[in-house]
Amino acid sequence: MAIVDNSRGAKVGATARYSALILAALLFLLPFYLLLRNALMSENDLGSPKWHWLPPTWEWGNFSAIFNDPALPMTRSLLNSIAISVFQTAGVLVISGLAGYGLARIPYRWSNAVFYLITATLLIPAAVTFVPSFVLVSSLGWISTLRGLIIPGLFQALATFLFRQFFLGFPKEIEEAAFLDGLGYWGTFWRVVVPNSFGFAAAIGTITFIGSWNAFLWPLVIGRDQTTWTVQIALSTFLTAQSVNLSQLFAAALVAIAPLLLMFLFLQRWIVEGVERTGMGGD
Amino acid sequence: MTTSSLPVDPSPATAATARPSLGARLRGRQNQNQWFWVFVGPFVLGLVIFIYIPIIWSIYLSFFESYNTVTPTKFVGAGNYLDMLKDESFRSSLGTFIVFALFIVPTTFALSLLTAILVARTRVMQAFFRSVFFLPTACSYVVAALIWKMSIFAGVRSGAANAMLGLFGADSIPWLSLTKPPWYWLVIVSARLWLQVGFYMILFLAALQRISTTLYEAAAIDGASRWQAFRYITLPQLRPTSAAVLLLLLINAFQAFDEFYNILASFGTYPPYARPPLVYLYYVALGQGQDFGHGSAGAVILTLVIALAAVVFNRFFSFRGED
Repeated sequence: MAIVDNSRGAKVGATARYSALILAALLFLLPFYLLLRNALMSENDLGSPKWHWLPPTWEWGNFSAIFNDPALPMTRSLLNSIAISVFQTAGVLVISGLAGYGLARIPYRWSNAVFYLITATLLIPAAVTFVPSFVLVSSLGWISTLRGLIIPGLFQALATFLFRQFFLGFPKEIEEAAFLDGLGYWGTFWRVVVPNSFGFAAAIGTITFIGSWNAFLWPLVIGRDQTTWTVQIALSTFLTAQSVNLSQLFAAALVAIAPLLLMFLFLQRWIVEGVERTGMGGD
Repeated sequence: MTTSSLPVDPSPATAATARPSLGARLRGRQNQNQWFWVFVGPFVLGLVIFIYIPIIWSIYLSFFESYNTVTPTKFVGAGNYLDMLKDESFRSSLGTFIVFALFIVPTTFALSLLTAILVARTRVMQAFFRSVFFLPTACSYVVAALIWKMSIFAGVRSGAANAMLGLFGADSIPWLSLTKPPWYWLVIVSARLWLQVGFYMILFLAALQRISTTLYEAAAIDGASRWQAFRYITLPQLRPTSAAVLLLLLINAFQAFDEFYNILASFGTYPPYARPPLVYLYYVALGQGQDFGHGSAGAVILTLVIALAAVVFNRFFSFRGED
């Protein structure tokens, strides 16, 4: 597509293309605009049949209200979401990073068999295993605990698979030098391989974090008690089950997506790489 | 993966002592096996406990009557399976999935390919457009459901869609409670489109950037039109990505739960329509009855259906493309 074409047809094409893109961009931004507008409206204005492009009165109090509402455990669910996402991201990076390296670099008779055992689970959609997993977690007594929310999500076959692919392509000379210096597998991994894999880890880490933060079915099934709600469950409970101050619910939703919007602003490069890697299975 | 040339033992001398330390033993050439398990063991252990055991347990449960218990005693053979296959609601949930997939898979595919091509051809503000289309990926299904249900497609006059209809003097539409016509599909499908298009656009963009520009230059020299270049270069080069995207879309559609649940459930009840398989399974296994026997049988049936669909799909689109 690097062919420069200055003909009249190309100019018409460019105009049409930009018009389509701008229109589509406006449509894509519309839900964000509504979220922001509703979060800053008073409940009365939001419910009134008259359409407002901007809040007639700016209701900044919605944000303090959601943190002071005893019925909505906003602070607690935010803390839960942060704890779950941080532990899961860190856990997946360490566990899958180690496993991927072992599979890629340590010769072992049954290595292939272990690899097939892992990739076989890739074919089983996670969502269909929620009934059996719930059965297991409930018999461990982990319902409504952070343990039950975090630990089963630490073992991601896709992440391990991708780490293995990545380490297979890691320049071996560097590791061999480290080995000759007497570092062994453990030392080589932590002192030489890890410091040179930050980019890849950032890609996998950001994607894991987003998935963990936005997860819904598992927290819904396990986090039954209010004290273990994630922010998604808190929002969903008020959306589907309880009557609620609607503009405050939008304010809460804005708070709930704020961390990820910030990530998208500052870490988009890694997220894009993460999407490319996870989407294509390491192509 | 067993072709590594790394196992150079730097200090074989330590193995000579009668009972070397753990560290020394792990360093030895003979103990690569131990090192393998130090690295891979934690993951495999977790996988066995949290994936393999539940699946096996669930298959076991599917042959028993087990309400509210995971250690059932009453063996019912294939009874649960027959019940599920006879169950009108379960079958109609599979029908719902098919309708949903027929909507969502082609539209997401076409729109993400289209936006990718438009963005790829754009030089001015390319990063801006890419970010805008990609941004909804940051949004959870719950938040999208809130915006769709309570703002865009709210059944009242203050909803955005109804406000727009009002401009033309049209009546408000109760988007979610009407089954004829089934407007709720518009709500569900547009929410998922908004959330997903950016993700797949990124995959197509990456694939477009991998296509060598020399191919297009050669085509231009041969006098190929833009359409011909697209038809005979772009599309074939995108084939592996297209196959992967289609399979991902299909599997994701099959797993649809979040937006259906959040948009349609209210006060603990779910309407009798628009119930995809997972939503139905959720209410069977984890609703009031806690019917793990039927729930497990349903999960096994769904797994088989997905596996079958993936195999058939692979037959049609061989994954080994032109790469």
